[in-house]
Amino acid sequence: MSLAAALRDRKVRDVIAQAAVAVSLVALLVYFVRNASQNMVKAGIASGFDFLWRQAGIDIPFQLTGYTSASSILGLLWVGIVNTLLVSAVAIVAATVLGFAIGVARLSRNAMLSGIAGAYVEFARNIPLLFFVLIWYFGVVASLPAPRASLALFGVAFLNNRGLTMPLPNATGGFVWALLVLAAGIVAQVALLAVSRRRQARTGHALPLGLTGTLLVVALPMLALTVAAFGTGWDIPVLRGFNYRGGFVLVPEFVALFAALSTYTAAFVAEIVRAGILAVPGGQIEAAKAIGLRPGQILRLVTIPQAMRVMVPPLTSQYLNVVKNSSFGAAIAYPDVVSLFMGSALNNTGQAIEIVAITLALYLAISLAVSASMNAYNARTALVTR
Amino acid sequence: MNGADAGLVPFGPGQAEIASDGRVTIIGPRHGRRFARNLFGTPLDAAITLACAALLVWAAIPLLRWLVLDATVSGTTRDDCTGSGACWVFVRARFGQFMYGFYPQAERWRVDLAGALLVAVTASLAWPGLPGKRPLGLAALIVGPPLGVWLLHGGWSLRPVETREWGGLMLTVFLSVYGALLALPLGIVLALGRQSRLPVIRLIATIAIEFWRGVPIIAVLFLASLLLPLILPDGAGIDRLARAVIGLGLCIAAYMAEAVRGGLQALPPGQAEAAAALGLGYWRTTGLVILPQALRVSLPALTNEFIALVKNTSLVLIVSIFDLLGIAQAALADPAWVGKTWEAYAFAGVIYWLMCFGLSRWSLAVERRGRRGVRN
Repeated sequence: MSLAAALRDRKVRDVIAQAAVAVSLVALLVYFVRNASQNMVKAGIASGFDFLWRQAGIDIPFQLTGYTSASSILGLLWVGIVNTLLVSAVAIVAATVLGFAIGVARLSRNAMLSGIAGAYVEFARNIPLLFFVLIWYFGVVASLPAPRASLALFGVAFLNNRGLTMPLPNATGGFVWALLVLAAGIVAQVALLAVSRRRQARTGHALPLGLTGTLLVVALPMLALTVAAFGTGWDIPVLRGFNYRGGFVLVPEFVALFAALSTYTAAFVAEIVRAGILAVPGGQIEAAKAIGLRPGQILRLVTIPQAMRVMVPPLTSQYLNVVKNSSFGAAIAYPDVVSLFMGSALNNTGQAIEIVAITLALYLAISLAVSASMNAYNARTALVTR
Repeated sequence: MNGADAGLVPFGPGQAEIASDGRVTIIGPRHGRRFARNLFGTPLDAAITLACAALLVWAAIPLLRWLVLDATVSGTTRDDCTGSGACWVFVRARFGQFMYGFYPQAERWRVDLAGALLVAVTASLAWPGLPGKRPLGLAALIVGPPLGVWLLHGGWSLRPVETREWGGLMLTVFLSVYGALLALPLGIVLALGRQSRLPVIRLIATIAIEFWRGVPIIAVLFLASLLLPLILPDGAGIDRLARAVIGLGLCIAAYMAEAVRGGLQALPPGQAEAAAALGLGYWRTTGLVILPQALRVSLPALTNEFIALVKNTSLVLIVSIFDLLGIAQAALADPAWVGKTWEAYAFAGVIYWLMCFGLSRWSLAVERRGRRGVRN
């Protein structure tokens, strides 16, 4: 085969094209790395990951990990990770609850209710999230009353312009027990569900699952929680001078970032919920009515399972967005991964490449984990087409 | 009885589009025609209606009073803010900054001219049925970007204006337009790469897309502002604003790639097969048959990504570039106007909202028109 003929062969051309792209990409990378190492030598920046064990020397106003300014930079990173996950988790829960309420309200046949819900969605999703963060921080939280005039929540928690001060239990053993009771209740309920399914298949009668569920998953754990709450002493915040002493303080940055993330994301969750419910064909509901299901059963057995199939993938990516968006806290100095590690630690050490790489790797790990589990869910619930 | 009575509009799957940022576009029959019956049909409905009305009265009336009725509009200094409502004097006094940042007063006509050109070109391109769109679009795409940079940045007989003096709305628009100019071609290339039959190219494109989609934009802006100067040869200083555009562009490109991929996957395989049967090669099949159709399908999703870009330009505040929101934030630090937080935010917010809402409505209108034109 001559060279000219070989160049016209599709397989040969494929290999050449791929090799060309790969080689030029590698060349570009090598060029960047060479420049970087030259520039770093010139600027006297160290390389390597030794800095992680160096003393951080940075005070963090809000941390849950026992970090002090004498801790290492690795400890600082850990504070950032915990803070990022904390605000994301709480905001995801709040955004889901708020978003489901708004999404269902938007589908209401009451024009007033659906109009208000629609107006909120159109308002929130056409404004930058940073705007929400700044408004909540500089507008709302900053204009809360001073500690002396705090808004008291049930007389034990206090909201003021220095954050939300909450009571803290002296011992947590009882709460662990309450959690165990909840876990046991869920296991028992799942077991009962299986028993009930088998019994319904055999006799046509189901067990009173609603009743057992309320008892096992709600009532008993609540009882355990109450026992735990009253069984231990509480460190209730008290006003001393100009501020509260004792208890646990959620800093204003946390309150503002949480409020911003949940009010912003709720609009997107609402749209996903609405799309999910609308995606269930009307014929499904008519068919369910025709075979005599009650409205509650239709919702539980027909609408929700089918709506979930549409809703779960975008909801997951929305939750992932919340984790990524929690980095907006950098704008108001909430100590998350980005502002602590890419901000403070980088200023102290100057090791930009290592710090950027670690931060990006963290976020990528979270993203990949979530999208892997989402793909698994999709594979399990995907519509089987025949 | 049918689904509509239960408050649900019968609706097949696939007609609700969900963008990567969760923005959902639903095209369907309008509900709520039976207005009065729905508002007071049952006691529950009546209660909901009354509760909503109470909420509206409670929220809207003070808001209206603050925004308009009790607001102060005339005057020049803080002492003129006598009303109990908003003091728009603040916004008027700062209007130039909100629009142009610290762009020199005498040169602001250049920004106006660039803005007018942008509006004129986009308006005529968006005009349905205007003849000669193709050459106009091509010319605008080739001449427009360098012309814009020249007008704003100066040089060649225009007085140079450093990018650090840019700011306000002009910077928001600049970042959005140039970010999109970078992101769209890159996104198309990445989407084609991800659909490629060559495994190495598919792998590279997939990794690139998943990487840029997986990291927060703030982190990317930090990355661009820290690492770009480091990886370029010594002495090749790169402008701060250019770094932000590159960072934003790379991130949005990955999202746009996914939007374009949606369009590519929506095309029936017969299109590519027919093109191959006519003897077209890869590039001509892609350029003449696949892309024109795929881009039309993915236009709504692309618009959503563009809206996300417009909203995310506000993040350049993090790397101390002052776009509209940044300028509003900076203006609050002025001791002469202390406490005018809400006025600044309300003004900036309304502008963002109008831009993004307008874009999303435009995209819906284009899509409706496209749907009408489809023949089966």
